[in-house]
Amino acid sequence: MMAHPADLAALSDVELHHQVAQFLYYEAHLQDVHDYDGWEALWEDDATYWVPANGQNTDPDREMSIIYDSRSRIRIRIAQLKTGRRHTQTPRSEIAHIISNIVVTEIDRVELSVRANALVYEDNLRGETVWSSRNDYRLRLVEGAFRLVRKKVGLVNNARPIFTLSFLI
Amino acid sequence: MLDSTPETDFNQLIEPTRVHSRLYTDPMIFREELERIWYRTWVYVGHESEIPSNNDYVTKSIGPTPVIMVRDKAGEIRLLLNKCPHRGNQLCAYKSGNAKAFVCPYHAWTFSNSGDLMGYALPDGYEGVSKVGVSLGKVPRVASYRGFVFGSMAADGCSLEEHLGGAKAAIDQLCDNSPTGEVELTAGFLQHRTKANWKFLTENETDGYHPGSVHGSVFQVTNSGIGELYAKNSTALTRDYGNGHTEFDLRPEWRRLDQPLAWFGTTPDRLPEYVAAMNAAYGSEGARQIMIDGSPHTMIFPNLFIAEIQIFVLQPIAVDESIQHVTAVQFKGAPDINRRLRQQTMGSVGPAGLLLADDTEMYERNHRGADILDPEWLVLSRGLHRERRDENGFLVAHSTDEVPQRGIWRHYLHLMQG
Repeated sequence: MMAHPADLAALSDVELHHQVAQFLYYEAHLQDVHDYDGWEALWEDDATYWVPANGQNTDPDREMSIIYDSRSRIRIRIAQLKTGRRHTQTPRSEIAHIISNIVVTEIDRVELSVRANALVYEDNLRGETVWSSRNDYRLRLVEGAFRLVRKKVGLVNNARPIFTLSFLI
Repeated sequence: MLDSTPETDFNQLIEPTRVHSRLYTDPMIFREELERIWYRTWVYVGHESEIPSNNDYVTKSIGPTPVIMVRDKAGEIRLLLNKCPHRGNQLCAYKSGNAKAFVCPYHAWTFSNSGDLMGYALPDGYEGVSKVGVSLGKVPRVASYRGFVFGSMAADGCSLEEHLGGAKAAIDQLCDNSPTGEVELTAGFLQHRTKANWKFLTENETDGYHPGSVHGSVFQVTNSGIGELYAKNSTALTRDYGNGHTEFDLRPEWRRLDQPLAWFGTTPDRLPEYVAAMNAAYGSEGARQIMIDGSPHTMIFPNLFIAEIQIFVLQPIAVDESIQHVTAVQFKGAPDINRRLRQQTMGSVGPAGLLLADDTEMYERNHRGADILDPEWLVLSRGLHRERRDENGFLVAHSTDEVPQRGIWRHYLHLMQG
């Protein structure tokens, strides 16, 4: 599976980058194969999963977002997908995430801020859709493994009309 | 401008209880709809609260055409078309802003925000030529009801109030839920694109037969009581107001429960500031009744859907493509309920909405199905045996019946065939 860093401060830049990248690839893999339980298990209780609309710096507490989920809404979203009756994912979209441009921007004891770009190719009943985003993550080291505190998916086209986004992005 | 007879014979395609698939897929019919519906009747454009100050503008639409809704320097609402009268440049590149003038980047032709030409680069080349009457395209009729701004591209026709008819009551019911009687659409819009003909959307907004099947996954994982409203024993109604406007009337169910704010899945103790403001505005008995009846679920033909906690504006782009613009209803003077309205709206609608993504999947499957040759006719016969007139003479039936869809097609036929 993935390596378990014990202490962020002890890691070299190269080793830290490797561990963070392996985690982001693991998260993307869970999303690609629709491992709903596996992906949900990555989230901390103080989770924020945010896909803004109409720009990258809106205030999600006052303005509409495409997704602005706390931990409890993530739970509902995953539970809905698991019913097998979420028609827009029955059958499931075939997706492949490419995660790149990974940069650690801040280290704060057991938490990290990370920036990365994502390209997701989706094939579904409607056809093919490409999703492209600039992502911001806040990761937390808990018992030797990274967990998700915050994930912001900044779709480059979030100010324009977009198709249904019902898979895990 | 309008030919007396369309090329298509709509009487051959629309019958009282069935419609032909071609209505959804034929590009010629889509062009005829632009001429006879979108660029003729009253179409909802935007809300006055989106342009609160003089010189504010937002880019909206009438049909596929972008329209600039601006509050000019005198405070009057104008609907301008984004096309320079010189060489046709689409000069306004932003979705919203505040501008005393619009300047075309091509040759610096400059327009006041009432649309009139004020000047241009190198005026010596236009010596002796008058600027009077030269302007951005203008939507000839603009009218507003409770802040909801409508436009008509036809210079003549019935008034907005005549067009709204009985459905005006739905806008009033919405505004009554605000302690100030005013609604604001200031939370920003999501734009959900779909490969489906616009009529699948308009018809679905007051389809009460689908929730159990399409939204069963949500009912299964939340405590939502929505399913009961569209179950066999529900006392909720579908209603056809005429002029293409339709609704669910959920009030019989809410009155049966007799719990204020049950319509919003909450209780007065969770929204004390809102309740206090409503009591102050309407008196405790009046406020109680409003908070029991709740917010309406009304589809104002062709494109304004008041969906209880959110507003949809349906936009046709092509015969096989539409956009759902959606925002949370906000009640002026009620920040606590507004926060909950935004949270619920974000969870339900938009591209990732727990509810609307599945409705949109249906639109797209219906559209792909409409292209298939057999069967040709789509059937709208549900509830025929139990249609009746309400106390105002409007056709009503059970919340799962197809009274709305039959009413929409009756009005559509009237507009298209004349």
